[in-house]
Amino acid sequence: MASEPLNLSVNGRPHRVVDALPGESLLFVLRERLGLAGSKNACEEGECGSCTVRVDGRLVCSCLVLAAATDGSEVTTIEGLGSDSSGAGLADVQQAFLDAGAVQCGFCTPGLLMAVDQLLDDDPAPDDLTVREAISGNLCRCTGYGRILEAVDLAAARRGSSDDSQ
Amino acid sequence: MTATIARTLDEACAALADRPHAVVLAGGTDLMVEANRGGRDMEDVVVVDRIPELRGWAQHGGSLRIGACTTCAEIGDGELASLVPALAQAARTVGSPQIRNAATIGGNLGTASPAGDTLPVLAALDAEVEVRSASASRMLPLHDFVIGPKATALEPGELIAAVHLPVTDGPQEFLKVGVRNAMVISVASLALVVDRPGRNVRIALGSVGPVPIRAVEAEVLAAERIDWSGNGILDSEVVERVCELVADAARPIDDHRGTIAYRRHAVDVLARRSLRRALASEEERNGL
Amino acid sequence: MSGVDAIVDVEVGRVGMDAPASRIGDDAPRPDGVPKVTGDFAFSSDLWHDRMLWGGTLRSPHPSAVIRHLDVGPALALAGVYAALTHEDVPGSSTYGLERADQPVLADGVVRYEGEPVAIVAADHPATARRALDAIVVEYEPIEALVNSELAEASEPIHPDGNVFRRIHLRHGDQTVVGRSDLVSVEGIYEVGMQDQAFLGPESGMAVPDGDGGVDLHVATQWLHADRDQVAACLGLPSDRVRLSLAGVGGAFGAREDLSLHVHLCLLALRTGRPVKMSYSREESFHGHVHRHPARMWYRHYANSVGDLVRVEAHLLFDGGAYASTSSAVLANATCFSTGPYRVPSAEVEGVAVRTNNPPCGAMRGFGAVQTCFAHEAQMDLLADALGMDPVALRRRNALATGDVLITGQRVTGSLPVVEVLDACAGHPSAAVRPEEPMARPGGAGRTADADHVVRGEAVALGFKNLMFSEGFDDSSEARCEIRDGVVTITSACAEVGQGFVTLVRQIVGEVLGTSEVVLEPASTVGIGSAGSTSASRQTWMSGGAVQLACEAARSDLLTRIAGDYEVPADDLSLVDGQVTGLPDGYSPSLTEATGEPVVASVVHRHAPTVPLDSDGQGDAHVSFAVSAHRAIVDVDPDLGLVRVVELTTAQDVGRILNPRQAVGQLEGGAAQGVGLAVMEEVQVEGGRIRNASFTDYLIPTALDMPPVEIAALVEQPEPGAPFGAKGIGESPTISSTPAVVGAIRSATGLALPRVPVRPEDIALADRDPVKSSPEVAA
Repeated sequence: MASEPLNLSVNGRPHRVVDALPGESLLFVLRERLGLAGSKNACEEGECGSCTVRVDGRLVCSCLVLAAATDGSEVTTIEGLGSDSSGAGLADVQQAFLDAGAVQCGFCTPGLLMAVDQLLDDDPAPDDLTVREAISGNLCRCTGYGRILEAVDLAAARRGSSDDSQ
Repeated sequence: MTATIARTLDEACAALADRPHAVVLAGGTDLMVEANRGGRDMEDVVVVDRIPELRGWAQHGGSLRIGACTTCAEIGDGELASLVPALAQAARTVGSPQIRNAATIGGNLGTASPAGDTLPVLAALDAEVEVRSASASRMLPLHDFVIGPKATALEPGELIAAVHLPVTDGPQEFLKVGVRNAMVISVASLALVVDRPGRNVRIALGSVGPVPIRAVEAEVLAAERIDWSGNGILDSEVVERVCELVADAARPIDDHRGTIAYRRHAVDVLARRSLRRALASEEERNGL
Repeated sequence: MSGVDAIVDVEVGRVGMDAPASRIGDDAPRPDGVPKVTGDFAFSSDLWHDRMLWGGTLRSPHPSAVIRHLDVGPALALAGVYAALTHEDVPGSSTYGLERADQPVLADGVVRYEGEPVAIVAADHPATARRALDAIVVEYEPIEALVNSELAEASEPIHPDGNVFRRIHLRHGDQTVVGRSDLVSVEGIYEVGMQDQAFLGPESGMAVPDGDGGVDLHVATQWLHADRDQVAACLGLPSDRVRLSLAGVGGAFGAREDLSLHVHLCLLALRTGRPVKMSYSREESFHGHVHRHPARMWYRHYANSVGDLVRVEAHLLFDGGAYASTSSAVLANATCFSTGPYRVPSAEVEGVAVRTNNPPCGAMRGFGAVQTCFAHEAQMDLLADALGMDPVALRRRNALATGDVLITGQRVTGSLPVVEVLDACAGHPSAAVRPEEPMARPGGAGRTADADHVVRGEAVALGFKNLMFSEGFDDSSEARCEIRDGVVTITSACAEVGQGFVTLVRQIVGEVLGTSEVVLEPASTVGIGSAGSTSASRQTWMSGGAVQLACEAARSDLLTRIAGDYEVPADDLSLVDGQVTGLPDGYSPSLTEATGEPVVASVVHRHAPTVPLDSDGQGDAHVSFAVSAHRAIVDVDPDLGLVRVVELTTAQDVGRILNPRQAVGQLEGGAAQGVGLAVMEEVQVEGGRIRNASFTDYLIPTALDMPPVEIAALVEQPEPGAPFGAKGIGESPTISSTPAVVGAIRSATGLALPRVPVRPEDIALADRDPVKSSPEVAA
């Protein structure tokens, strides 16, 4: 039995989902119904952060959000993180991950980028412990976090210097 | 299939009056884990996290009302954190930043897990749970609300509206043992509240019993022996005895997260450390 | 939309074509980096087809049972369910396996571990599939499970092949030294718990029927061709009717070397005539792949009074679980490297891998050497203590070097800079400070420790392992290089699992052919031979070598052709920065001009041959060796038994660095898995049942658990015979990090801690008298 239609905005674009089943998570709807597979499914219990998105500005695990509860919400996913409004072009955090070698298998990468982007929005110059806590909900099994921490430093430094120049 | 996104408390109560067995969903961080596993039927849901009356907190004299849908992130930060520091510290140990942005205090109560991080603090503060339905409102002391592991006194058609707790004058501590440095389910936890004007001490334990446990004998002994009129220090022999009584109060089980022996030992250690932090002299504290 | 939607996006080789040519030694960027940071990269769980069905697997709840009755009829009766299959529906071989085909595709009358697949379904939605699985009727008659590995040999066989996968009785050197009275000996019993690879991307894939009885399988794997051969055998199809393509792999670490959902997907697709997708949940993933073998190990080391190792005796018992997987090879590695990178003139090591009703175990990063390294390094520290020697000095004194003989009788002919890595690591200055923040102490966010609750410890450990497959395995990798209109197209079936082979290909092409115009074809079984497994630290050497040789052959063919056209000696010509040089009159055609008529070269690359171990565990069984060192500094809260790893320092034998940034990533990431095993990671199995099959309870390090990794040295001593002299570097970091961390906890607490992971109660509730809690020390 399908539920009532669900209207939500993802990365600034309105979507109407008509055939979701009860209990489907926002993650499932993004991936399987809207074709936005950038948010990943690694644990589906909020322990890995691979599915991290913003819902109405709040960083959450989309696997733990009931899709039906997001009616009328604004959702931002990795596909909307790019440097311009259409999500095209690389955001500074994306570029920093590439430059620092923070990507290996890449499965945790979208969720980490969402968390790091939020962190740097909240705190442009976080110290090491703050960064580690901010990404402690994002498990990475390949990198041991070293290059990721370097990427955060790099992105923070670049944001700082571009802010200075304005 | 119905998923009602309630905009007001009345709307939520009305929906629950119609469908008393509907699932009440706030942050989703516990319920959706079950739903994703296929272990929770989500055919009929009342979503409550957009109800203004359930969000945020207010102070009325010496009492706080924290709306059920106030998130752990909100409790862990800002002015509320300075009013109930132990609750804030407990909220900061819940899950990850993403989880704390979604998880609510009402959800922590509704799930009533033995490992629920905020529950020992609420127990130590003699919090009361405000329960609402279309026809009534009632206040339940925490120990009457959490009646077993993952079991509450909520009746069909009821929802958690808020939790009420006192603002106390005195140190508060919350310590949690987990095998990992972050994002970990508690193996043992302890909340300590020292109420100086009331001259009492309250100690509650988490993850060492089916429900949060108050270490009453330990509390009584500590309150009796603290030099309330002087510097508020407890001497070391009394501390030893208080910690023994704390360990005795625990009713832990063996599971994949820890053993009975370790959990009992851990609350003893946590009691000692929390008492020292709360009651140590200025000089001692500086040395920590 | 039609076709498998996401797959066409995975053309990682085509990214970044306008970049300058990468060379060996550069910090070359990953060509798949951009799609991975934008979310466009298609992992196996992202595959989508507009007609696809969802597959699901019914698994045994019992570790050991007879199936009395099995009826999938009620599942088939549900709307939206398109197939429900059992062992009776497997048309070909009913079993599969990497070393021997002893594992049923679907259980036939008996289940031997909790989670063993019993039936599979295909349905229109994951929730429908779940309901269908619930509807299947199975009557199990549980039988007593064999879960104690020590009882396996003496117990009734739980499988027709018996309960012993392999026994190796290694004897090396003079066996009569045991009675000598002038020797110091130390003895210990060590235990390693079951570790999980815990890759992030769950097992997933999609099978698409070709309408002609064959099937295309898109799957995340480490070894396409070995999968293909096993799948085809089970389907009863010739191997060319089964085509495997690599879907995006979200980490592997050994867990994707065996089949998981491969045959199931193909069976469902062929039965329904529709594409079928399957993606394991995390809980299912814990049941759906092999783990690192739990091990019990007894050791006795003998040394003379000045600290020269004289003899090592050991008994190794590895629990392989219900099916063989790679247990035999894991045991061989454990046994061969049981004494570490030290000169041991006399040894007797008995290794046994047994079958039980526990979860099957197989490959994981480090592959047998992790377990024994934990034991031999604890023994070295114990021996240093017994001798009153500095533990680094004892290791240094006994360090292997090129020309020395291993306990397998094999002489080391390649590079082996044991002393160099040890000295670099142990001598590296530490940057560790005492943390001010409570959150940076043991206990982390729980803020359990004040500064005076914390004690600090430090230790150094060495790790030692072979590179590539051993014991006579015909280990090969094929690569093809085609240059057409200046674009180099490389074809290889090497599985990119995150390690960076896709980056290395561009670097090799840049180095050999001087161009950045590189396309790496998607890895598949079509039109190219096997690349072997992405495991055993072997792909840089094997497939990197194959690509290098193919590029060199194509270059040689091209220059020979041009030399013929211009009637000049081929030796006069070279290819520099995309230009052919050395022609008369300064004429210098570009690679684009020169390859209007394409050149193609294919190469099958093999390493030097090896031989199986003989009945005494002797023989030149291995190709090459690598050594690593870790120093750990840890803070311990002894009263609560909580640990914070403060700093790791490492030095590693790398042969030659091909990409410094990727190399650092391997060293840091591998060390994190070692830290995990040291202090938190264990698949807890009780009565054959996994108690913590989730990321809530199987804990891997977070960013607050993983310390900075200081790289003291990447020791570059080129390895003869290896492409560019480079050794595989992926496994070593996981091997020596665990014993270093535990050694540091021992040094902080004075406890013996003979088991990993070290649990809080192992410290907090330990007998505080170190003499009593240590393994026996006999002088």
